[in-house]
Amino acid sequence: MSVITYRQALRDTLRAEMHRDENVILLGEEIGVFEGSYKITEGLLNEFGERRVRDTPIAEEGFVGAAVGAAMLGLRPVVELMTINFSLIAIDQIINHAAKIYGMFGGQNSVPMVIRTPGGGGQQLGATHSQNIELFYAFVPGLKVLAPSTPAEAASMLRAAIRDDDPVLLLENLGLYNTKGEVPDDDESVAEIGRAAVTREGSDITLIGYSRMAALGTQVAEALAKEDISVEVVDLRSLRPLDRQTIVDSVKKTGCAVVAEDDWLTYGIGAEIAASIQEGAFDYLDAPVRRVAMAEVPLPYAKPLENAALPSTESVTTAIKETLSAVGKRVG
Amino acid sequence: MADTAKAKGGGTAGSTGGRRRSRKDDTSSRLADETPETLLDFYRQMLLIRRFEERTGQAYTQARIGGYCHLNLGEEATVVGLMQALRESDYLFTNYRDHGYAIGKGMSAREVMAELYGRSTGVSKGWGGSMHMFDTKTRMLGGYGIVGGQLPLATGAALAVSYRGGDEVVMCQMGDGTTNIGAWHESLNIAALWNLPIVYVVINNFTGMGTTVERSSAEPDLYKRGSAFRIEGERVDGRDVLAVRDAATRLVEKARSEQRPYLLEATSYRLKGHSVVDPAKYRTQEQIEEARANDPVLAFEHRLEQAGILTEDKKQEIAESVRAEVADAADFAENSPHPEVSTLFDYTYATPVANESRRMPADPVFAE
Repeated sequence: MSVITYRQALRDTLRAEMHRDENVILLGEEIGVFEGSYKITEGLLNEFGERRVRDTPIAEEGFVGAAVGAAMLGLRPVVELMTINFSLIAIDQIINHAAKIYGMFGGQNSVPMVIRTPGGGGQQLGATHSQNIELFYAFVPGLKVLAPSTPAEAASMLRAAIRDDDPVLLLENLGLYNTKGEVPDDDESVAEIGRAAVTREGSDITLIGYSRMAALGTQVAEALAKEDISVEVVDLRSLRPLDRQTIVDSVKKTGCAVVAEDDWLTYGIGAEIAASIQEGAFDYLDAPVRRVAMAEVPLPYAKPLENAALPSTESVTTAIKETLSAVGKRVG
Repeated sequence: MADTAKAKGGGTAGSTGGRRRSRKDDTSSRLADETPETLLDFYRQMLLIRRFEERTGQAYTQARIGGYCHLNLGEEATVVGLMQALRESDYLFTNYRDHGYAIGKGMSAREVMAELYGRSTGVSKGWGGSMHMFDTKTRMLGGYGIVGGQLPLATGAALAVSYRGGDEVVMCQMGDGTTNIGAWHESLNIAALWNLPIVYVVINNFTGMGTTVERSSAEPDLYKRGSAFRIEGERVDGRDVLAVRDAATRLVEKARSEQRPYLLEATSYRLKGHSVVDPAKYRTQEQIEEARANDPVLAFEHRLEQAGILTEDKKQEIAESVRAEVADAADFAENSPHPEVSTLFDYTYATPVANESRRMPADPVFAE
């Protein structure tokens, strides 16, 4: 085991997959000479050359679409979109093309490609650079959407995404790139797409999150354990397909749930989770499912406003304690 | 070279070539350069598309075909000429006006018609319909319904060819209106930057749905619009099958040998509206009469008759064989099975994964 950052885990995995398979190429803005806006691809141009690490023009629709076309001929392009906000410029190619080509032509041609892109607010980047719009992609059959919350997950999910024959969007997070965690040496683990994981067992309440909110959820659970509150944490890991059974099994055990999400609440990922819980565990619920989500505003630049709008350790803790109070469980 | 207007890459915005002009004499004299078999083959292919599309329009009005339906009527010479330029190993991407291209690239009339009928024997197994003909065997990698959507895809296919050092060329067909969408600029720029073997073909029928090129494109000489990317462009009369074949072959082979993108504009005219249901009221009587007078199938037929290549017997023989092929295609489609509902979830993902949803509209999320 080595303790490495989420960033390092992604970089190591890209490098290993490029060595493993000549069909894996990288495309994106500033990934080569500049070594990546967030330095995920640092060193890869030197190692693999311009043929396999391609700096693209600022043309998201063009190069994402080119990756789709290259994938149709059997390459396995891994595209970096500088942030998920810029995916909006490529959304026609992602939703109307990458997600449709396999089905629309009767299963003749798969599209084995990966789009890596970070979401996440909290960096004072203002309204257009701080959105969490993974929902748009998780909404669409034909796409697979993964959201790793730890370095080990980042590595195993990226590996799974590259080896999968369908278009996979790997949701990274600006706030997670520097986080550290244990990753096996000579890691070869391949995540199972479509599976959530209970990352911490507990008995009082289920906390469901993904990406940054799953990582934050684990911290909250650890803190609450000191107050003798036992929180079970479910890391969704896969936003599409969605593993409803793991969520429901946990809620059946604990009797109540809080969903923590970095996106907006109305129509958000948490709405789907809450709906699934009421359908799958209605008789087991001791309280309404509570959602913690971003305030429904274009995220402001000023730090106090940004902090107030985003879900935090405090807001998740509050939601857990209030839910437990509602069901009459002792709150420390 | 007399057949085409040309725009060199890198700044010919002020040049004036490219107006259409009659070249009947040029091509008539060139008939002598072709074998009768070749000319009759082109004629038959054009007539097949004509009769196939007429039958398609008829079946559509009889509600045998659903959705949107865009026909290649009037574009037969362009379609056939372009397809002669491609090898079997070359790739083709088109827009939604794709029936003729599908046949021209090698799909059977039967399977194309079956796709229009939405049957499981169709080229896309009934999942695509009129706008989405696709066949990996003949390397037509799709008709696409979103204007401009095929451009980045075709560019990426050319990237894959280039990456592997292959000698295939990608042809990317589109309509005139597509030259204004962002994907056009982004794709041509990438293709030129990365030296990709692709020929972009703009079918200029002078009307994007009902909006004329002059009302939508600030540079209406569309073959010049590659200049911003140093992509050489040519314009050819799309109603002349030989001129189209020659221009397309020249550019395809240049793309192949030089590993560079090229641009071809084929001026054309659709004899009907944008789609089957469009009465094309935006056209003047004069335009309609001019189009009919220059019908590419009839014009080529007349030319071959004049040259003594198409005899009355041969004409009847070809007409009968085309009639039979189209009738057979329609019968095949009509008698083919609809896709089984049990296959509804077969093509969502190529790699099966856990927890794929297979619920039907009224099903509970958690089935007992």
